[in-house]
Amino acid sequence: MHASLTVRAALVSLLLLGLGLGAWHLAVARSGPAVKMDPEYAKLMGATATQGKSAMPGPGEVGAKIWQHLRDPFYDKGTNDKGIGIQLAYSIARVMTGYLLAVAVAVPVGFLIGMSPLMSQALDPFIQVMKPISPLAWMPLALYTIKDSSISAIFVIFICSVWPMLINTAFGVASVRKEWLNVAKTLEMNPVRTAFRVILPAAAPTILTGMRISIGIAWLVIVAAEMLVGGTGIGYFVWNEWNNLSITNVITAILFIGVVGMLLDQVMAYLQRLISYAD
Amino acid sequence: MQKPFISVEGLTRRFPDASGKGTLTVFEDLWFGVEEGEFACVIGHSGCGKSTILNVLAGLDSPTEGSIVAAGKHVDGPSLDRAVIFQGHALMPWLTALANVELAVSSRHPKWSTQQVRDHAMKYLALVHLDGSEDKKPAQLSGGMKQRVGIARALSLEPRILLMDEPFSALDALTRGALQDEVLSIRSKIKQTIFMITHDVDEALLLADKIFLMTNGPKAWVAEVVENTLPKERSRTDLHKLPNYYPMRNHLIEFLVTRSRELALNPGQRPKERMPPIVRPMAIFNPVAAVTSEAGKPAHPMQPGSASVA
Repeated sequence: MHASLTVRAALVSLLLLGLGLGAWHLAVARSGPAVKMDPEYAKLMGATATQGKSAMPGPGEVGAKIWQHLRDPFYDKGTNDKGIGIQLAYSIARVMTGYLLAVAVAVPVGFLIGMSPLMSQALDPFIQVMKPISPLAWMPLALYTIKDSSISAIFVIFICSVWPMLINTAFGVASVRKEWLNVAKTLEMNPVRTAFRVILPAAAPTILTGMRISIGIAWLVIVAAEMLVGGTGIGYFVWNEWNNLSITNVITAILFIGVVGMLLDQVMAYLQRLISYAD
Repeated sequence: MQKPFISVEGLTRRFPDASGKGTLTVFEDLWFGVEEGEFACVIGHSGCGKSTILNVLAGLDSPTEGSIVAAGKHVDGPSLDRAVIFQGHALMPWLTALANVELAVSSRHPKWSTQQVRDHAMKYLALVHLDGSEDKKPAQLSGGMKQRVGIARALSLEPRILLMDEPFSALDALTRGALQDEVLSIRSKIKQTIFMITHDVDEALLLADKIFLMTNGPKAWVAEVVENTLPKERSRTDLHKLPNYYPMRNHLIEFLVTRSRELALNPGQRPKERMPPIVRPMAIFNPVAAVTSEAGKPAHPMQPGSASVA
């Protein structure tokens, strides 16, 4: 008898996790030669130099660090020592602000492009040029014009999330089935009613796909953007811990970034399921 | 002479041809009329432009030349008075069956309350025997049920004219039969003027009062109008037992198999009269059998054997 696919897949996942953690543990456990030195000097050098311990933390240390962060995620002990929860909250707030602004712009403009072949052709060269620009390339320009690092980061999120939504909305609107539009016409529906009752629900799955791609990109970009602008946020936290040479915290932050990214994606996937329709 | 309820006057439609330079004339200078309450059917091969005629009637397409007057009004766009039953049901897949009909009802009666709209929509879903399935999405309904929702949606508008574009052609034979019965029974309750496109001879014989025969395209025209000589009360199951069934059927088949093509190859045979001749194919023993044209002359030189000529 075979267990269900889900159970078997979960077992394989756990096995791979165990193997990975084991390999990690073995890789960092090897100790190099200990160097004899003056005890005062040894205090300054730390365990890596004096006992030959690896500078890379093992899974146990990272686990303990994660637990420590989870127990007290929202402490605030000054500029360079805030709980990981606060840092993540800053990042999420920036991402959501930039992202929602992008939705507010991309969906109506995408609608216009999708409805009007003229606007579609007229705006196409701009979109084609703007789309491949790395969002971080905008950063100096944003800093110079906006003169506020936090708003500049939001602008960078806006500019990187706008394109997939714009293109998907335009595509979704342009490919609404002619027969549905014909139904709307024979029902003498006015353009606004047609847009909200026919075109929007018809294009919604495609629009949501664009929104899901965008939130993924926004979460990728925020880390890099915060490394540049500094101050707060998970990207700044990673860079700060690198400056502190706390590899344990860097690994912890990497894991948290992954988990939050996954959660954001799952929320979008849930919304996608809500508005999708079987044809 | 008073104009018919639907009056098609000199209708011509040309499309840009494949090269993009010239034009392709689908049909040219069509003249025909449908009386109020009549069930008219257009039959012809693909490419003769029958769907284009329906689209022009629906206001979804405009003619290159000529015009249509329907219910006393010049047709220059879609109207809630001319409801369309589409070939592929054209239901909104994100809406339930009920919501699909409600969308139409609320378009017709924007001032009605939610409850009024719902009751009216339910009434028409019940008419097509779909009460009980109103909360299902189109994807959960069978092909026949989807088309029933399409019919309910069109009827709920209480239009003056019902336009059907090969409504049952995408369905299997059994479902098609059941839906034809449905249309017959609705027809006995609601006396609308119906204009239907089909390529199914038996469907035309069962449902229509008047059948327009179109020659093959391009430059198609209505070669003749066949008046259905079968009794008004007829059913799908004993259609073939009626004495005039085979003369009617043979006449239509003969037209579709040979004459539609021959006429298209010899456009010189197109008569000068605007209105197409009226033909009434009947069994040979029928004492009042007659085939007459508008002008009182024999309709055309090629009568099939089973139809009698006066």
